[in-house]
Amino acid sequence: MPRLGSCQVPTAFRTTLEFTLSVIESPPYETPARSTAPPRHRRTALRASGLLVAALTLLTVAVLSMAVGAKPIPPSEVWHALTDRDAAEYAVVRELRLPRTLLGLLAGAALGVAGAAMQALTRNPLADPGLLGINAGAAAAIATATALFGLGGGTGQVWFALLGAAVVTVGVYAVGGGRAATPARLALAGAALNAALYSYVSAVMLLDAAGLERLRFWTVGSLASADTGTVLRVLPFIAVGLLVALVAARPLNALALGDDAAQALGARPAVARAGVIIAITLLCGAATAACGPIVFVGLLVPHLVRVLTGPDLRWLLPYCALLAPVLLLGSDVLGRVLGRPGELQVGLVTAVVGGPLFLALVLRTRTTRS
Amino acid sequence: MIVIRTPGRLSVRLHPRVLAVGTVCLVLTLGVGVLAVGHGEYPMSPADVLRTLTGGGSAAEEFIVTQLRLPRLVTGLAVGTALGLAGAVFQALVRNPLGSPDVLGFTQGAATGALVVVAVGGSSAALAGSAALGGVVTGLLIYLVAWRRGVHGYRLVLVGIGMSAILTGVNGYLMTRVPLMSASRAMLWLTGSLDGRGWSDVVPLLAALAVLVPALLACGPALRMTELGDDAASGLGVSVHRMRMLLLAGAVLLVALAAAAAGPVPFVALTAPHLARRLTRAPGVTLLPAAVIGALITVVADQVALRALPGQLPVGVVTGVIGGGYLVWLLATERRAGRL
Amino acid sequence: MTPRQAGEPGLTTVPADGPAPMTVPADGPAPTTTPENGATSMSTSRLGGSGLRLAYDRRVVAEDLTVAVPDRSFTVIIGPNACGKSTLLRALSRLLKPAAGAVLLDGADIHRLSARAVARTLGLLPQSPIAPDGIGVAELVARGRYPHQGLLRQWSPDDERIVAESMAATGVDDLGDRLVDELSGGQRQRVWLAMALAQQTPLLLLDEPTTYLDIAHQIEVLDLCARLHEEQGRTLVAVLHDLNHAARYATHLIAMRGGRVVAAGEPRRIVTAELVEEVFGLPCRVIDDPETGTPLVVPAARARAGTVAR
Repeated sequence: MPRLGSCQVPTAFRTTLEFTLSVIESPPYETPARSTAPPRHRRTALRASGLLVAALTLLTVAVLSMAVGAKPIPPSEVWHALTDRDAAEYAVVRELRLPRTLLGLLAGAALGVAGAAMQALTRNPLADPGLLGINAGAAAAIATATALFGLGGGTGQVWFALLGAAVVTVGVYAVGGGRAATPARLALAGAALNAALYSYVSAVMLLDAAGLERLRFWTVGSLASADTGTVLRVLPFIAVGLLVALVAARPLNALALGDDAAQALGARPAVARAGVIIAITLLCGAATAACGPIVFVGLLVPHLVRVLTGPDLRWLLPYCALLAPVLLLGSDVLGRVLGRPGELQVGLVTAVVGGPLFLALVLRTRTTRS
Repeated sequence: MIVIRTPGRLSVRLHPRVLAVGTVCLVLTLGVGVLAVGHGEYPMSPADVLRTLTGGGSAAEEFIVTQLRLPRLVTGLAVGTALGLAGAVFQALVRNPLGSPDVLGFTQGAATGALVVVAVGGSSAALAGSAALGGVVTGLLIYLVAWRRGVHGYRLVLVGIGMSAILTGVNGYLMTRVPLMSASRAMLWLTGSLDGRGWSDVVPLLAALAVLVPALLACGPALRMTELGDDAASGLGVSVHRMRMLLLAGAVLLVALAAAAAGPVPFVALTAPHLARRLTRAPGVTLLPAAVIGALITVVADQVALRALPGQLPVGVVTGVIGGGYLVWLLATERRAGRL
Repeated sequence: MTPRQAGEPGLTTVPADGPAPMTVPADGPAPTTTPENGATSMSTSRLGGSGLRLAYDRRVVAEDLTVAVPDRSFTVIIGPNACGKSTLLRALSRLLKPAAGAVLLDGADIHRLSARAVARTLGLLPQSPIAPDGIGVAELVARGRYPHQGLLRQWSPDDERIVAESMAATGVDDLGDRLVDELSGGQRQRVWLAMALAQQTPLLLLDEPTTYLDIAHQIEVLDLCARLHEEQGRTLVAVLHDLNHAARYATHLIAMRGGRVVAAGEPRRIVTAELVEEVFGLPCRVIDDPETGTPLVVPAARARAGTVAR
């Protein structure tokens, strides 16, 4: 075979990716060696202060998200524009950018936490709500609702999205192999469901031109249509989902050791698993209903965060809740900058940014195996 | 098993059941084909169709059959054959019942190619060409990224899935960049349709089939050896990586050209090889039956879309819905059998 | 076939005080070896490698490795986990291309030969081959004929005869119509061996053929290998985990550690307490196997470690 042509290109490509990855990746679910870990109280202090840094980063990105747009506002003016009714930018910031930023925060947190919970639940580093078809399930449900009942957003959309997400979550988990699933098997089951659901969504759109007009924008994944109503509608679902996920963190930690070990440690695997599935459904369904299917956020953030926190979900989940919105809002801001005078949908940006990282992750996992 | 031996040292092995299934499916396909050609605003009986096909029809009948209806049928047959065969090759290559071009990103690549043309505006020939190019380029990219001392099945799968997720994002974006009329056209294309196909649409695919079908079938025995695992296949004298590269190239080409001819008709490539395996009960890959069944599924689905469903639904809707249902069932049963 | 019966011939044909039960047949003279440096005479070796540098990507497993497989021997490669023994076997079987040096098969660089040509001389049973769903025993064994077949020569009378013979030799002839999925571990391993036999190669490489088998099945498979070696005069190369199995069945032992050959030669000559300590880091005593007279490694008891190793 033509060695030169076919091996040098990917090698160069891979080296770049691997470099990126070597910075961000640590082996998942591996307990850090005792000898290198700082004493317990110091570690806790470190992690807590890290959480503070993460929160500050998020605040910065949120301010950026309010500042950047068709009409740029200097970051220093943002507060003024937000609070002073007489400020020239009050309407823009209050009506458009604030809801958009809040939605980004909520959806990002939801996707990040759902991804982390899912990776823990399936013991599978490649689990992601988008890759496993859960977002597509929500999309299919919404497409059906739009075509059949002429549903145009609103609370109804959230309920349908939740229904679709729930069906697919349970389906992928049960069908894709549950606890016994290998990464490849689960990813494949998800990809197959993805293909099936999107082909269904296409068929529905084909029959309904008005639906197509609305759905084609929604299926990319975008924060652009956010308004205060949307934010308020998804807020309760995401809040409950986050709460359930955080409560489930401890039993999930035990589950990571295997069902038998978890039971020996006093956890109830069935209850914990049901709780986590409910949390994932709420989080993914609500996020997808509000901004459309967004891939890779739920996959990448937990991997990045695991480097900082290790595998302990009690820390991992809060970090994900803070840092996933950084990625989502950051991508959104990037889309607004790159797409001028219009904007690039955030779903496209996360796909293009996240995709190569996913590939790097895949290649990386495989070398360590042999 | 039947063995036919010549006085020379030649011998051919035939499995009666495989033979029977293949023959029945072929006859069914041709039968449905004849009915399909007879159907339309100017109905013709099967006898009339056959008479016209053999050169005994009136000029009007001749025109209707060869210029209007036959191209659609032949496109369907060719696309189905290509997808069935390519699907069987993919599934054997990645050693997984779900390894189909729909899942591995080749379809999305073809879609990207087509959408680019829709977005910038172009003839349908350009659209077809761009779709084929998109599929081939995606195949090449996936191969290059997954390459590491040869390409292994699981890495191909995961890289393909990643690529497919990226391309889905890109496709969604492209869909938002075009006016609604073009979006409708693009959507129709993306679903897979045989409407208004002429001879010029299908000729490239037919040419590719003429070359690739024998070539891929000749690789069949070696492909069957790789079912034992790469190491065992190497031990038996199969150049696993070279064979995989050639087969992948052939299958990607078939998928890309099929997409160029009819759009990415979903799930034929996934369903046909399974049905073939279940019907023939042969262990391992069955390339030829998969190809025949692929053609049968496509032609039948097209007829269902035309006659049984309201509106002008394209064939892809039917294969998509049938294939999706089959897939769910498959996931459940294969999972139970621990084969997935 | 029961394990016991399979074991009988090796035991009864050799007097208790005689040489090792599986000495190299007279027409294949035993290789001259020097345990000190592990070098082996290349004079009667169809398969071997010299100056091998074996690596996965950038991870080097072995450097400047030289081995020779004596003809008509039952060569067993042993060593601790990750010592490179499976890697060596992969290199010898053409699965892994050495980064430097060459594996020679009948004097030719194995990577310059076509895959099919190699497959007619050298068979391989990998560690975990995959049985396709719903495949029957006879059909799986028949796949071993692949390197001898062509598009228009799919099933010659020879193929049929050799498949039947291979199944008889491994005692799976009565399983012909059974599905491979339904078999026990030991049966399945014998079916795989039958497939490798049907390939009709003078050299046969086995990567840990006894893994995942219980002790009775392990002995069954090894007895079968020994019989194939003796009766059919084939050269066998196997990677084994169990040192005592290796010492009992091998006619030629290659002990590896950290990617290099520590010792090579007849087990009786090279298996000593010092060698085991050096290769595995395990203090032990080496006594005569009461059944075969071959070396038997008995790990030192915990309390007395240090005193016994001497």
